[in-house]
Amino acid sequence: MIDKLVFSILNPEMIKKMAAAKISKTELYDQEGYPIEGGLMDPRLGVIDPGLRCRTCGGSMGDCKGHFGYIELTKPVIHVHYAKLIYEILRATCRKCGRILLDEDGMEKFKKGKKSLKRLKSLIKTKCPHCGAKQKKINFLKPMTFVEAGTILTPVEVRNRLKRIPDKDLLYLGIKGTRPEFFVITLLPIPPVTVRPSITLETGERSEDDLTHKLVDIVRINKRLRENIDLGAPDFIIQDLWELLQYHVATYMNNELSGVPPARHRSGRILKTLAQRLKAKEGRFRHNLIGKRVNYSARTVISPDPMLDINEVGVPLVIAKELTIPIVVNEKNIKHIKALIKQYPTWPTINYIIRPDGRRKKVTEANKKEILEEIEPGYIVEKQIENGDWAIFNRQPSLHRMSMMAHRVRVMPYRTFRFHLSVCPPYNADYDGDEMNLHIPQTKESQVEAKLLADVTTQIRSPRFSGPIIGCTKDYITGCFLLTKDETVLSREEVVDLIRSVDIDVEIPEKEEITGKEVFSLFLPKDFSIEYSGKTSRVVIRNGKLISGVIDEKGIGAFHGIILDELDKKYGHKFAKKFLFNVSRVSIEFLTRYGFTVSVSDHELNPQLRKRVKEIIRKTKKEVEALIKRFEEGKIEILIGRTPRESLEILIKRKLADSMNTIIEVVKGNIPENNAVIMAESGARGSIINIVQCTACIGQETIKGERIDIGFYKRTFTHFEKGDVSLESKGFVTHGYKEGLTPFEFFFDAMNSREGLMDKSLKTRHSGYLERRLIGALKDLKIEYDGTVRDSTKKIIEFVPGEDGLDPSKIQRGGIDVAKIAETLFGRS
Amino acid sequence: MSQKSQRHYSGDLEVLPKKIQEEIERVCKRMKLSDTQKKKLIEAVKKEYFKSCFEPGEAIGIICAQSISEPATQMTMRTFHFAGSAGIQVTLGLPRLIEIFDARKEPSTPMMTLYLKKEYNTREVCEKLVKRIKEKRLRDFVDSTSLDITNKKIKIRLKDVKDEEREEVIRVLKERMKKYRVRVKGRVIEIASKEGKEELKIIDLQKIKRAILNLFISGIPRVLNAVVLKEGEDWVIRTFGSNFGRIFSFPEIDVKRCYTNNIHEIAEVLGIEAARSALIKEISETMQQQGLDVDERHIMLVADIMTFMGEVNPIGRYGVAGMKSTVLTRAGFEETIKHLVKASVRNEVDDFTGIFDNVMVNQQVPVGTGMFELIARMGEG
Repeated sequence: MIDKLVFSILNPEMIKKMAAAKISKTELYDQEGYPIEGGLMDPRLGVIDPGLRCRTCGGSMGDCKGHFGYIELTKPVIHVHYAKLIYEILRATCRKCGRILLDEDGMEKFKKGKKSLKRLKSLIKTKCPHCGAKQKKINFLKPMTFVEAGTILTPVEVRNRLKRIPDKDLLYLGIKGTRPEFFVITLLPIPPVTVRPSITLETGERSEDDLTHKLVDIVRINKRLRENIDLGAPDFIIQDLWELLQYHVATYMNNELSGVPPARHRSGRILKTLAQRLKAKEGRFRHNLIGKRVNYSARTVISPDPMLDINEVGVPLVIAKELTIPIVVNEKNIKHIKALIKQYPTWPTINYIIRPDGRRKKVTEANKKEILEEIEPGYIVEKQIENGDWAIFNRQPSLHRMSMMAHRVRVMPYRTFRFHLSVCPPYNADYDGDEMNLHIPQTKESQVEAKLLADVTTQIRSPRFSGPIIGCTKDYITGCFLLTKDETVLSREEVVDLIRSVDIDVEIPEKEEITGKEVFSLFLPKDFSIEYSGKTSRVVIRNGKLISGVIDEKGIGAFHGIILDELDKKYGHKFAKKFLFNVSRVSIEFLTRYGFTVSVSDHELNPQLRKRVKEIIRKTKKEVEALIKRFEEGKIEILIGRTPRESLEILIKRKLADSMNTIIEVVKGNIPENNAVIMAESGARGSIINIVQCTACIGQETIKGERIDIGFYKRTFTHFEKGDVSLESKGFVTHGYKEGLTPFEFFFDAMNSREGLMDKSLKTRHSGYLERRLIGALKDLKIEYDGTVRDSTKKIIEFVPGEDGLDPSKIQRGGIDVAKIAETLFGRS
Repeated sequence: MSQKSQRHYSGDLEVLPKKIQEEIERVCKRMKLSDTQKKKLIEAVKKEYFKSCFEPGEAIGIICAQSISEPATQMTMRTFHFAGSAGIQVTLGLPRLIEIFDARKEPSTPMMTLYLKKEYNTREVCEKLVKRIKEKRLRDFVDSTSLDITNKKIKIRLKDVKDEEREEVIRVLKERMKKYRVRVKGRVIEIASKEGKEELKIIDLQKIKRAILNLFISGIPRVLNAVVLKEGEDWVIRTFGSNFGRIFSFPEIDVKRCYTNNIHEIAEVLGIEAARSALIKEISETMQQQGLDVDERHIMLVADIMTFMGEVNPIGRYGVAGMKSTVLTRAGFEETIKHLVKASVRNEVDDFTGIFDNVMVNQQVPVGTGMFELIARMGEG
């Protein structure tokens, strides 16, 4: 267990002490290709070749994590990441004595208030209160140069000044546990080779890591600088080399500094140096530390299977043979395990055995006899997953916790994952090529947690809106709708056929003719009563009998299903699951026998209706023309805060919306009930607007909420006159999809749908970032044992979560209904 | 919660939240329940309540974040315009939600809703008030401006407005332009340097002209437009632009009912609890407007984390997420390098109480079933 991690800055002495090698040579390998001692690939820095042993610790590759080396820089350089801080320090301390530029009063004042550099700046004196030296103005030239009253401060000078600052003054600068002179690099630690492994290409050529390249540059310039100083070269040469060294060390730390050209590889590629390794989405932190790759997982295409239970997942045999669960062998199970090994290639069997000393061995046809003899209690075997094992099933993007739910494995032939269609809404899955992931919990604890906390059964109620998120969709709803319609009457034979394909235990009433409502009621508990208004009718269920009303999306659908919600609350998750399974099975069986199909002829209007729609459109056109005429005459009614033109637009839009509504009403009221309408009415798929758009008229196409106003100068097409504001030139489509659009209309429609596409792709980015930020802000809030909401430092965010302490995933919408409880206790009043 | 469950079946109401207590009283009265029946009801409600409570360890923050951002993916990007007589457009949908969480100092469409006191509740008062409220700058009174380059003067020709208005303009102008000589000739105002002083340079003339046009004359600053509406019984003023602190100086306005969508102003004027309520209201309305169903409890938690420090903090690297206590948590969120450098200078200690910290080192997360450890006593009992 790691329970603490302290951050600080390495002391140069420390760097020296922990180093395994001093690096001073520019070459990496000698003629034979062996790494040179004192070079950057020094064998004392760790091993990266399999088979070799570390010269420092004797560990082999993997055991040895590598060892640091160091370079002694000829002249010190500024650490770019600390440059800004150095600047603040230089300005806040005396250039002569190194004391903080605060008098006694200032110190007291600072100690009392907020300890920020910003506040320190406001308290600083221009004359040193300690030694009386006058301070000069210091400027900071990004990224790492300091200028004092016109002269450049060399890193040596900077370092000397920082060194003069007494320990007791560091408090004011916010520095703790380190010395400011360490911000100027004198000794550069060389990371172990394991951090920057070189790759051997197929040609036998070695390709070095970006960091090695950068370090070679540093070593080379460092050496050159030393030689030039020793030779007594002129100042400007030394100055140039020093600056070059500064550049190399700076880009070694961060190769994306503003104002500094990035260091490049020979090929012109920009090098990835230390900061780039850690930073941003593809950096170490976000890519490797917060998100990790896992074993014991599988991914494949999904497909539907209505015969599976709600919380089952169909796993292809090929995958089941690959995924395993470790099982510790003991006296009780050894017999079973041996039997599994005996049948080796046949599923289910054992893939690997792990000896008590940790060595793993693969079970093969050849060695299975050997293993059978060898195996004894204390061994761990990796057993292939079987029916009934728990697995976590997931579809990305994992937007909420229902994106990862526990299912029970059901091994099946073929190559896709299969699951019940009711579970599509929480995953937001469809079968147009979606892929999903499967994870196998490896420990008993995790398996139990998966079962108790993540099981699909327990996730029926969404914590977002306290309603069922798992429920019937599409054809299930259509089926149920048709089944529970008033006129549906089935013969006993049909009912037996229907029910027995679902559940063999349900008692079928002894009647020759059974209504669809009675069939539905068979699955309701005997003491269940509810009354609600559905999409098309008022539904009354009393004592487990559907008395009136048609069951539609509002009753059993995902997101809205009131019956599901009620059953889940009253009879528990398990019952709700069972009910959902039964109802969906019955619906789909009924629908199959009924024969349900949608065709083009469903989108036909009879001539009378068509005439009426055309009449409405014609009338609208006339009215709009009148409006335009009035506008041109300047007589239009001007809306508050709008120009006449804007008022016209608004009035036209209002008129169009009105007439569209009348069209919808007319179509809705007069269209014969065909299958398309049934789907829309029951809430299975599509809406009445979709039908109207197909049959009657699409209506106004808009871009950014306005009538279409782009294209050519003052007009949408060159076929219209400039400034034409009539309906047809601004994207009003008078035809339905079935009837066919004119070329102009078609283009306007395409414009509208393109806008929809762009909107969608832009939106995902924004909402993705919003989610990341919300998670970042809220992730470590949890309920403590005292019932308060606290963050990781135990600060109280809420005393009672949500003001009443209720868990939205355990209540019904709106919380606890006291009146209802009273009613069940004492009856209706 | 263990303490609570001990009091579970005892007769007192206290353990229940106030809302439910009130609800029980109301139901009892309506159904005319006897005392024993009432007791029975309380017990039943309590049973239900404790069954539906949060359990310790629940990662409420993550559930909250997911419950808000999952529907956010279904929101539209578009800013809707109220195609109505209001004449005022408001940012809605995802952009508004982002704006709220960013806790911007000023929303992109600031808006106030002003109600009037009962005695002033008429259309006439409203319309008069609108005129007084609207921000008026000199530009709104100016017909044309010109520079007299030869005489180094600025000439401003005012629109044909009422005398008192013109006087007001001139008064303000004179007061604010004390450094210069201001002369009025009918509808024309001339501005030049004071006598005896150096003539103004042309470049300065331009500068002054620009500054003058922006000169604030009357109304409430930042209230750009206002509209009168009727809402049920009330006459309501909707303003585009918000300046909540200033409406207090109008006696006709019923300040208690007024509202602005600028959260910062609410925090400043009415305090942090009001800001919390405003946040909840704004977020829920944005959600509802898009037809999305999110439990209010989640919205409360977000509002709470944004306000529990006593000021309105944004969700994000400069706000709540950037103020997390552990170094690795911050480094793992955004601005990795900055946080590591800062931590090294301050000798910070990461004590692995956060989620990210433990994930990074493959340790169990201190949330939910990972919150406690189980110590089994071997060889006993």
